[in-house]
Amino acid sequence: MIPELGHFTLILALAMAFIQSSFPLVGATIANQTFMALARPVARLQFFFVVISFFILVYSFLINDFSISYIANNSNTLLPWYYRFSAVWGAHEGSLLLWVLILNIWTIAVTYFSRGLPEYFVARVIGVMGLISAGFLLFMLFTSNPFERIFPIPLDGADLNPLLQDIGLIIHPPILYMGYVGFSVAFSFAIAALLDSNLDTTWARWSRPWTLLAWIFLTLGIALGSWWAYYELGWGGWWFWDPVENASFMPWLIGTALIHSLAATDKRGIFKNWTLLLSICAFALSLLGTFLVRSGVITSVHAFATDPTRGIFILLLLGVFVGGSLVLYAFRAPTIKAGGKFKLLSRETFLLLNSILFLVAMLTVLLGTIYPLIIEALNLGKISVGAPYFNAVFVPIMSPLVVFLGLGVITKWKQDNLFQLLIKLRYLLISTLFIGITIVLVFFENHQLKTSMGIIAALWISLTTFYSFYLRLQNKKNKLAAMLIIPRSYYGMLLAHLGFSVCIVGITITSNHSVDIHERMKIGDTIEFSNYQFNLRDLKEISGPNYKATEAIVDVKKNETLITTLRSQKRIYTVRDMPMTEAGIDAGFTRDIYMSLGEPLDTESWSVRLYHKPFVRWIWLGSILMAIGGLLAILDKRYRTAKQRKKSIIVNNEVVS
Amino acid sequence: MNKRFMSILIPILFFYAQNCFTNDEPVKFKNILQEEQYYNLLEEVRCLVCQNQSLADSNAPLAQDLRNEIYEMVNSKKNNNEILDFLVKRYGDFVLYRPPLKKNTWLLWFGPFLILIIAISIGIIVIKKQIGDK
Amino acid sequence: MIRYLLPLTIFLGITVLFIYGLQNDPRYIPSPLINQSAPEFNLPTLHEPELNIKMDTLKGKVSLLNVWASWCAACRIEHPILNNAVRNYDIKLYGLNYKDSRSEALIWLKDLGNPYIESAYDKDGVVGIDYGVYGVPETFIIDKQGIIRYKHIGPINNEQFDNIIMPMIRNLEEEK
Repeated sequence: MIPELGHFTLILALAMAFIQSSFPLVGATIANQTFMALARPVARLQFFFVVISFFILVYSFLINDFSISYIANNSNTLLPWYYRFSAVWGAHEGSLLLWVLILNIWTIAVTYFSRGLPEYFVARVIGVMGLISAGFLLFMLFTSNPFERIFPIPLDGADLNPLLQDIGLIIHPPILYMGYVGFSVAFSFAIAALLDSNLDTTWARWSRPWTLLAWIFLTLGIALGSWWAYYELGWGGWWFWDPVENASFMPWLIGTALIHSLAATDKRGIFKNWTLLLSICAFALSLLGTFLVRSGVITSVHAFATDPTRGIFILLLLGVFVGGSLVLYAFRAPTIKAGGKFKLLSRETFLLLNSILFLVAMLTVLLGTIYPLIIEALNLGKISVGAPYFNAVFVPIMSPLVVFLGLGVITKWKQDNLFQLLIKLRYLLISTLFIGITIVLVFFENHQLKTSMGIIAALWISLTTFYSFYLRLQNKKNKLAAMLIIPRSYYGMLLAHLGFSVCIVGITITSNHSVDIHERMKIGDTIEFSNYQFNLRDLKEISGPNYKATEAIVDVKKNETLITTLRSQKRIYTVRDMPMTEAGIDAGFTRDIYMSLGEPLDTESWSVRLYHKPFVRWIWLGSILMAIGGLLAILDKRYRTAKQRKKSIIVNNEVVS
Repeated sequence: MNKRFMSILIPILFFYAQNCFTNDEPVKFKNILQEEQYYNLLEEVRCLVCQNQSLADSNAPLAQDLRNEIYEMVNSKKNNNEILDFLVKRYGDFVLYRPPLKKNTWLLWFGPFLILIIAISIGIIVIKKQIGDK
Repeated sequence: MIRYLLPLTIFLGITVLFIYGLQNDPRYIPSPLINQSAPEFNLPTLHEPELNIKMDTLKGKVSLLNVWASWCAACRIEHPILNNAVRNYDIKLYGLNYKDSRSEALIWLKDLGNPYIESAYDKDGVVGIDYGVYGVPETFIIDKQGIIRYKHIGPINNEQFDNIIMPMIRNLEEEK
């Protein structure tokens, strides 16, 4: 009975979603207060039903109810309870429920943190979110019901995919979805703004904290996924340009353009059209990602079962939401008046150019991802587009972005003086090139050209960022007081840009200077590699709750002093009879030592792979800095209370007009 | 959502149903250039069984066989073109992760730069126009 | 307004593409060997290791070359269809026993019946690589001149045999 209750609450949630989308949207158009007032309570009710449904699925997993087909396929009595919990989102149906739950979490957040906004606007935002929710609930109920029963009931389940039996996979999907789905808020704000008869820039200010928050989650989600792939897949890669990764990267690229463009719209009243388009685009790409992952249109390492009706259904949703909003955009955008003016040499120009570059970068990733599809549809053969292509094309596209970023942060709003700018640039350029080339010549023996390009890019970003900080304080008498007055969003920008350069350093050095070897080892053997000595001390048989493993224990020494002891396991998960490697990693600020145990070669020898990965941590460190930067921007006083907000809107409008 | 469910699980149930442990014997080369050539090639070739892994990453038995073939060819001093040609003759362009520049990949290789030029020009035109209309 | 329709146009283009894409099987890889001479081989036969079978043996008449192995679960599904086919039609069916243990392959044929005129024993899968084999079972149709005209990947079912394979063989037999 309990699973049927879960199914039933989903249907109730769908009913709520219909009410949530119809009445408030109509109410906002015909100015009916009662209809609009329905938005908040109904959205909360929908949230309530989805939560019940979700917890019923969680509960059914925890009590091993194998009469539910989804649980029978993705769980097992031997599976530890925390993986039974995370198995809820381990495959298609359950992860879709998580998707809907997270959409509802965002919606409920909007119902609580939107008190200062006009009623009709909130009604529209919540109404659009209700539409999205209705679409996905329909999708789930028609094609992917997580509560479907099977008969006969199996004695035990087929187990969760061993790759997902990991702490990273407990937290990665919820965080990633918070980002993906979070763009639905920016999307709904944009649609509400487009539906509004007198569209100004206030929506941009309302939308900003939401968009930033979604972007933070997406940044962290992608970083977590990359970190997980790094340690869990056992060959030390951290980014593969797999279609599924691209599916999360594309919204990130547009989201990054969006948070910058929103800032410009909010502060200067410019780029309104463009910001609206980016808002639609970011969420469209989230939906596109969902389609790519779940429709089977593209082969990916991802195992979401492929059922053609599912693909058609998501395509339909995509058509309705994205097609509909782009039609609305095409009608409304021409009527939107341009905002403040700016000269060619101004911060606005660089912001716009970078926004365009992010779009081009996204289109490049999209082109590479769907190109095999285009070729096949045109009957021109079957090709693959993989990492070598993306690496070759992506870097040149991103290079001007780095240059413009640096120029943008030190250029004034509206217009700047070329001569003054050149004077500012003189020392910056010389020091960037000098420091960059010196570092490369001193520390790196090979791949010097590629390395110096990356290092120079990172230095350029950080030096210009610091310089802009210096410019802000330059003429202030009391520096400390001036530092306290500077808004938090500015510090957020500083930190995020520094994070970006930290990321570039990590990517550059890891990609060009990682080394690895593949060796045969038996107990007692020592291998000299990358100035470390690796001694295989012991091989132990271990048995886990649902796997058997061999663990290699390796002492790592440098100049006869013990640095660390690495433990790497080769596991066999018994239910699916699937091998998995648990890497042994010694993480460090400037390098990781990484070991993965291969296969047994004879009775006493095993194959072992050792990797030395310099600066790999910086990739994730940089991402975390970017996320903290975003958080600082959200905490800016600008978004505080309703009263203050109204006041500053008036001030802002005066400035603009 | 999550990323790589290694395809060793998905090779559709009938392909390679056998769960075989590959022979993971480390390969050795006489000179470092050949070793680099070998490992670079493995990154460039797509495995046909676990279709989203390169030969370097794949555990499929066929990937092991192809690694052996490539090892032999590298050892007998064949160059990259000859080796990739050997694979393309048997499996088609599909095995190349870096699509060769041909008529049907022209758009793929030049498209991004074309989009870049067009998009930047439009951007500049839009900016100039808004300076103009006062 | 035209330029504001651009995003919509791009989006619609991509959508049409996806509709096409949904109908294709992303895992199917067309073989570049179609209409090429079947690669030469010279392998011991499965039943008698000291006897060899060559590609030339297959020439002169349209023949089927079926790649199979005893470890391959899908081959077990396909096997009865092949047994029926040789019983009902006059076709030349050869086997390529791929990366298998000789004894297990022989037991397999003994238990399930042997539809093959002869099976070549490709222990290391070298000939398999020459034929671009990536998913067992695979079946090649080779014409009288020894040219590969068709390749089927995965197990053949009855319907495919009657509607694709047999008509193709008949057509090829009418060629001179």
